Amino acid sequence: MPLRNINWFKYAAPQPFYGLAGKLIPWFAVGALILGVAGLYIGLLIAPTDAQQGDAYRIIFIHVPAAWMSMFIYLLVAFWAAIGLIFNARLASMLALSLAPTGALMTFIALFTGALWGKPTWGTWWVWDARLTSELILLFLYFGFLSLHASIDDPRRADRSAAVLALVGVINVPIIYFSVKWWNTLHQGATISMTKAPAMASQMLLGMLLMVGSFWLYSLATSLYRCRTLVLEREEHAAWVVEEIQ
Amino acid sequence: MHWSNLTDFLAMGGYGTYVWWSFGICYLLFVCELISLIRNRKATYKKLGKIRGYETPH
Repeated sequence: MPLRNINWFKYAAPQPFYGLAGKLIPWFAVGALILGVAGLYIGLLIAPTDAQQGDAYRIIFIHVPAAWMSMFIYLLVAFWAAIGLIFNARLASMLALSLAPTGALMTFIALFTGALWGKPTWGTWWVWDARLTSELILLFLYFGFLSLHASIDDPRRADRSAAVLALVGVINVPIIYFSVKWWNTLHQGATISMTKAPAMASQMLLGMLLMVGSFWLYSLATSLYRCRTLVLEREEHAAWVVEEIQ
Repeated sequence: MHWSNLTDFLAMGGYGTYVWWSFGICYLLFVCELISLIRNRKATYKKLGKIRGYETPH
């Protein structure tokens, strides 16, 4: 069936979404595994040693994908939270809530691997500069979103309150992204940009892109999986859920 | 293959501690997330099944 003939709005309802996500998750999971194995193989075994940073640079193969996902997932959380808020769409709010824990995890990994990379290359685990501080604020925004949601008993009220917090926090994402340009920082500039040729060897670049793909698919699979469980919880009185549970 | 032997590979040019802690913690956290997702789903099935008095499938 051609893509334009599919009624995508059908999947805005929890039941069709539940079925579709259930079919997609195994594909995303297998894709994440294949790209991850290929990325680790190239990153750890094939790619050459960096002339300046030695083999410490290999942390890039998880640091950069995690950092990208931490920002991108936040934008998705804010987007779906906004859709849920504006159109009163309950599935959109569930998606936002399901994405946030994986986003927080990615943010933590970016910060943790950043510290492990900073120690040998800068001589310090942590500095209070713009890039690192704004990424730490991102972690607190995720925590704030999740704990605000958890503190309100009525799920729809919780969705709305947390959505406002998510939307206010969006301002932090461009600050993280451009922080290395706007301020003096220890953090190196972007390795890959739209306007310049990548400043890295092609094997390094390939390894990193494979890892980015793997983290992407991993995040999709885990968020959709979490969302399916959430759908069951929230729609427990719907006839199809009763059947599903039986 | 960039490495000639396993010792060099594990040493990572003297940065082994940093590199392996990074990769190790990252994938450990992924595994923890996956386990928690699966446990959470099973618990939900159990909870909803109990409310209605059904037996859980797994």
